[in-house]
Amino acid sequence: MSTASPTTGTPKRSFTTSAAVYVNERTSIAGFVKELGRKAFPDHWSFLLGEVALFSFVVILISGTFLTFFFQASMAEVHYDGSYVPLKGVEMSVAMASTLDISFDIRGGLFVRQMHHWAALLFVAAIGLHMLRIYFTGAFRKPREFNWVIGFTLFILAMAEGFTGYSLPDDLLSGNGLRIIDGLVKGIPVIGTWTSFLIFGGEFPGTQIVGRLYSLHIMILPALVIAFIALHLVFVVVHKHTQYAGPGKTPQNAVGPPILPIYAAKAGGFFFIIFGVLALIAALFTINPIWNYGPYDPSPVSAGTQPDWYIGFADGALRLIPPGWEFVWLDRTWSFNILVPLIAIGIFIVLVLMYPFIEAWITGDKREHHIADRPRNAPTRTAIGAAGVTFYAGLWAAASSDILATHFWLTMEGVIHALQAVVIIGPFIAYFITKRVCIALQKKDREIVLHGYESGRIVRLPGGEYIEVHEPLDEYDRWRLVSFESYAPLMIRPNARGKITAGQKFRASLSRWFFEDRIAPVTKGELESGHGEHH
Amino acid sequence: MAQDDNSGAELAAADSSHAAHASDASPGTALIVQDAFENPGFPAHRPRVTDENPQREKRAQRTVYTLFYLSILGSLWAVAAYMLFPMESNNPGDVRLNNLFIGLGAALALLALGIGIVHWGKSVMEDVELVDERHPIGGSPETQAAAVKVFTDSDRESGFTRRSVIRNSLIGAIVVFPLPALVLFRGLAPQDQLPVPLLSHTMWRKGTRLALDPSGAPIKASDVTIGSAFHVIPEGLNDLEHGKLDEKAKAAVLLMRLEPSELNELPERKDWSYDGIVAYSKICTHVGCPVALYEQHTHHLLCPCHQSQFDVANHCEVIFGPAKRPLPQLPIAIDDEGYLIAQSDFTEPVGPSFWERH
Ligand code: FES
Repeated sequence: MSTASPTTGTPKRSFTTSAAVYVNERTSIAGFVKELGRKAFPDHWSFLLGEVALFSFVVILISGTFLTFFFQASMAEVHYDGSYVPLKGVEMSVAMASTLDISFDIRGGLFVRQMHHWAALLFVAAIGLHMLRIYFTGAFRKPREFNWVIGFTLFILAMAEGFTGYSLPDDLLSGNGLRIIDGLVKGIPVIGTWTSFLIFGGEFPGTQIVGRLYSLHIMILPALVIAFIALHLVFVVVHKHTQYAGPGKTPQNAVGPPILPIYAAKAGGFFFIIFGVLALIAALFTINPIWNYGPYDPSPVSAGTQPDWYIGFADGALRLIPPGWEFVWLDRTWSFNILVPLIAIGIFIVLVLMYPFIEAWITGDKREHHIADRPRNAPTRTAIGAAGVTFYAGLWAAASSDILATHFWLTMEGVIHALQAVVIIGPFIAYFITKRVCIALQKKDREIVLHGYESGRIVRLPGGEYIEVHEPLDEYDRWRLVSFESYAPLMIRPNARGKITAGQKFRASLSRWFFEDRIAPVTKGELESGHGEHH
Repeated sequence: MAQDDNSGAELAAADSSHAAHASDASPGTALIVQDAFENPGFPAHRPRVTDENPQREKRAQRTVYTLFYLSILGSLWAVAAYMLFPMESNNPGDVRLNNLFIGLGAALALLALGIGIVHWGKSVMEDVELVDERHPIGGSPETQAAAVKVFTDSDRESGFTRRSVIRNSLIGAIVVFPLPALVLFRGLAPQDQLPVPLLSHTMWRKGTRLALDPSGAPIKASDVTIGSAFHVIPEGLNDLEHGKLDEKAKAAVLLMRLEPSELNELPERKDWSYDGIVAYSKICTHVGCPVALYEQHTHHLLCPCHQSQFDVANHCEVIFGPAKRPLPQLPIAIDDEGYLIAQSDFTEPVGPSFWERH
């Protein structure tokens, strides 16, 4: 900084300059500002999804902190004595009563509570969409594999935050949710019974669980989420953001507006927009009206109740198990009706977590990748993603099987069987269709590069024949369509000792599966010779 | 399609178009295309309307500060709404108004502020675009060598590798020291209770009267008409000082009366019902939700959680859904005053399965 001279009292120095010098001489912040302030930050609407997640988390922190001043995480029984007349005198836990007080006796309390809940739903949704964006553009490739793992961990932590928060008011619905957790845990072989006993401090429901979930919800989980977000963002700075292919953009540069001022203005403004949208939703739409459900009681339940959206896939997985999957063997109960969903979801999670490493192993590509792929240019990856989305969507829809059945006048059995098919066969169909669509789109791209785009101008030839005139692409547009890489299937070759290992063979077959039908980008020669390929 | 014949010779270094930093990392099976197109470089910068038309720029500036003033209005309105819409009248409508108007004020304040800032950034700030060079994430070879040297130096100075006894005992101590902390967590569950006996018994005893949930009034057999269903708790549950919900979570029962001819009872349970009146645990054998929906004409019980269905006419066996076991039956009789009573506790654990159950 040129202003950092030791002379004081220079008459022309403005207040801001003096303040900056004062702070810098005590913090060395100038180096930091110089390093980060003018970094180029690539810009694209799809890069905003991560910001939505981050900003809704900030809203969650702000609104949640307010709620902690009023919520009391105790399961001691009281007779409700607040403003909501229909529940007056009803026996309930202090947790439930204080949640009702937040809603009916503290001005603006309902507003903050609803904003907190809506923000939580948005938080998990935004992380999910952000992860889909990362996946389908291949932005998880080297050097960003760890950040993929960190991000996915955040997704799971966010769901845990959501579930623990949902359970705190101790109302009928959240109590039923905990009952299901208790039943699930009890179904785990060997450790299940004792684990449930430890979680609930004795028998279900006990008098401990709300307090324990509260410790998790406001201390342990937020600390983890904040730590992982910090790590996630540090890596974004270290790696610099990816960018889509475009003229002038290379794997060796990052192109975009500088962090100060434009990116800061856009992101800072966007924070207030997210905050504002959540405020608007909270003002207009009721969420989780616990006063309609009443306090938790193990006996009553109402039909057609739904968990928060992000728990749906787990609830749906439980519903799709056919009858009879539980056995007594060796004098012990084996609850496969619980184990199979748990294991299936566990495998799904591990596959998602490991995907960057699996793909890196198949391609053997050790270079850094900073250009985000167009999904069509990685057809097999995109198709696998579509299969995963279908699997998840099938489980998720199953959580509403009863609503689907009553709404569309179907039988419960019919809906369950259809969704079982969606979960098991659906991924294969989605895989197949997506791959074909990707390849068709790639072929169309080649067509456009080779023969130009349709201009919409119809010309009549002397022979009476009509043709549509095709305009050639300019070099910038062409670059967007040809600047991608394709991979060849791996050739099996013997290693140094002249052997072909099983691992090699496996890798080669995966590689063939991935890259067999790839389409290569158009080359200069093809365009010049003017007769690329004819289909 | 093009170049499908890959002999492996072509799989050398790809990415030839970017020689600047092309690292020597292996491209794996990525193909190099010999005559790939070259990156045409950045297109000419296109000015925005606000760059070219001073009137539009003026207008954009006006929009920005108008939005900021609107935001101030929104904040002030939210504060005013806090005072103008009280909710101390025990009237839910007032709560709704309070929520609505505080919320609309806050939303206006935040949205106008956010849109204003973004608009400033997009149409008033100079449209600067920068190009940063990326460097290999691993750092330069010199940096890497320096880091390696730090480790070898500190290893030599500390003797971490050489003094293996010290090192291994250190690792051992570090592995063991968290154990006491883990053991402390045993205290999450009570020390003086075991789960299995607790899960195997409920508060039903021989002679306990069946009572209505939630009032606790005992039920006379003569009050149970054919086709009706009652939600039942053991008499005395409501008087419990502690653990009322724990007991209720096990003891909740559904009472139904069918035509005795429609009941298909197991031979060993012939005397568990009374004149077509049967009592079954209400706690689902899947993961424990209350099985609360009774369809009178089919005699089916439906669990709303995962749609398991139980057939009351057929000793509550599962006819659909993920549950496996029938709902446990409570043997009942009547006492001399005509009230329904339990003959005993359930003869098996109620509710979700657990490992030790058999
Ligand atoms: S708890 Fe009844 S079906 Fe799952």
